Amino acid sequence: MNLTRLLAIVKKEFIHIMRDKASLGIAIMMPVVFILVFGYAVNTDVDHINMAVFDQDHSMESRAFIDNFTNSNYFNVTHYVNHIKSMESLIDSGSAKIALVIPPDFSKDLKRNERPGVQIIIDGTDPTIARTALQSGVLVGKNFSLENNASVPIQGGIDLRTRVWYNPNLESNKFTIPGLIGLIMQNITVLLTAFALVREKEKGTIELLIVTPIKSIELIIGKMIPYIFIGFIGFLLALFLGTTWFHVPIQGNLMLLIVLGTGFVICSLAIGMLISTVAKTQLQAMQMAFLFILPSVLLSGFVFPREAMPKIIKLVSYIIPLTYFLEILRKIILKGLGITYLYKDVIILAAFGTVLLALACLRFNKKLD
Amino acid sequence: MNHDFSVVTHNLTKKFGDFTAVHHVNLEIPKGHIYGLLGPNGAGKSTTIRMLCGVLTPSQGEGQILGFDIINETEKIKQNIGYMSQKFGLYEDLTVIENLKFYASIYSIPKNERYQRIQMIIEMAGLTGREKTMTAYLSGGWKQRLALGCAVIHHPKLLVLDEPTAGVDPVSRRVFWNMIYDLAHQGVTILVTTHYMDEAESCDSIAFIFNGTVIARGTPKELIKTRKGNNLEDVFISYVEEQSGQKINQSFTKKNG
Repeated sequence: MNLTRLLAIVKKEFIHIMRDKASLGIAIMMPVVFILVFGYAVNTDVDHINMAVFDQDHSMESRAFIDNFTNSNYFNVTHYVNHIKSMESLIDSGSAKIALVIPPDFSKDLKRNERPGVQIIIDGTDPTIARTALQSGVLVGKNFSLENNASVPIQGGIDLRTRVWYNPNLESNKFTIPGLIGLIMQNITVLLTAFALVREKEKGTIELLIVTPIKSIELIIGKMIPYIFIGFIGFLLALFLGTTWFHVPIQGNLMLLIVLGTGFVICSLAIGMLISTVAKTQLQAMQMAFLFILPSVLLSGFVFPREAMPKIIKLVSYIIPLTYFLEILRKIILKGLGITYLYKDVIILAAFGTVLLALACLRFNKKLD
Repeated sequence: MNHDFSVVTHNLTKKFGDFTAVHHVNLEIPKGHIYGLLGPNGAGKSTTIRMLCGVLTPSQGEGQILGFDIINETEKIKQNIGYMSQKFGLYEDLTVIENLKFYASIYSIPKNERYQRIQMIIEMAGLTGREKTMTAYLSGGWKQRLALGCAVIHHPKLLVLDEPTAGVDPVSRRVFWNMIYDLAHQGVTILVTTHYMDEAESCDSIAFIFNGTVIARGTPKELIKTRKGNNLEDVFISYVEEQSGQKINQSFTKKNG
């Protein structure tokens, strides 16, 4: 590798980037905008579910029962109905996701310790909402029974105590924000370099470059270096915003996270570079980038647990670098783990980066045939 | 190897699948000569040139450029030749001087010589005062001269020009060719492909390529004499007619006559 030639490429790429202010602005602003927008959007914590109430008892007890639902914060009573038909239509139209049916003898039965039959109807089209509604509904019901009916027999057997580690309140933010940082970084950096060589192909400047003594490794590395800077800035912005704005404190070592994050940026840039050596036009480069990006969103474990995937699909997720970086991000940010728990992911990511770079250099072999 | 020749090829052949783009081409270009490759579009001129520059690997045959083998010593060839194509290969969002600096670094010209060389090129190309102009804003003729400057900044012994004057106005073409003559006088061998017959007539010797084969070669005068034409255009057309078996109107003015 010749340093003069490498620096010549680096310098030229920097000039290209600095002259194209719009693209530079987009590259820097994208992590900021995406983390803010998606940080709010990718949230599976469901609360304030619209609830319709069909109270046929109209007693103090029934009202107290309804209040228990409201006070849990999981439900908003949006409709009171007087007929089963209007309740059905509310569920059908989606205006209410859950309906509570209180029988006419609710308070009487309660007083007589006769366990009145209360019905909850849930719209199951969105399982995430339905599951929360179901669990919270059952919980509210149980608590109400305990409060109002001491004679419910307490069962013997085991005394089960649960403790949730790392994210005791099970806030989905804590899970999605680190993932989002990784995903956004990947998508932006892949796109940055995907066009790097293709632009020269389209403009015909590559034809001249390959007749010069420049080596493919000098060209590939030289083109990547300026984007490493941009990717690095983007990563810091995404990390800073994601963790402060959405209150996801970093439990582990920040320096380690930044070093490994930069490593992942290089790995993603290498993916883009490889795309750039294969694609002939910018349109092709765009298509190939998306061909890579979409599966990595769904398969990397960003939102959908890899544990739930069938074996064959899970195998695919192993060849996506993002999968390992998400592990690293969550282990450092949430669990506060150090390198002893991360080294496997780091080795695999480093191997990915090296192989991808080598492939890109080989693909661009300065020959036209 | 004969060191009086900058370019020597023997049975140079290139096949793309079943298609033979270049077939058994033999070239001998003496040092300091301006050598013209003529032929219709798709005749195999660019493919030949690309093999000589070490960018395409020949399917058959062999060749030496400046004494270096075109199959095994392509990197040495690249350090010693200059190449310019009709696309110019300039970075439009870089200034004149930035383009020159870039190519000076790519060819590893020592730092202490770089400035002087760039000044020389700017003078040669008549770009004085335009050093900081964005290349995109240069006219075609200036772009062409800047491209030539970038191609010769490392003082190559062989200059390869692939249709360098396509789409440039006559005055600029004349200025450009004067630069080529100067380079040839300095001992640079020049290999040029062109469609312009006046340019072809300025070459020391030329070769006609048709369907990948060299069908005629010699000095322009010899060729005109042997084919009994008035000028090279007549000779060119008569060869194309002979090879393709089609009658072509001698010139546009006689179209209706």
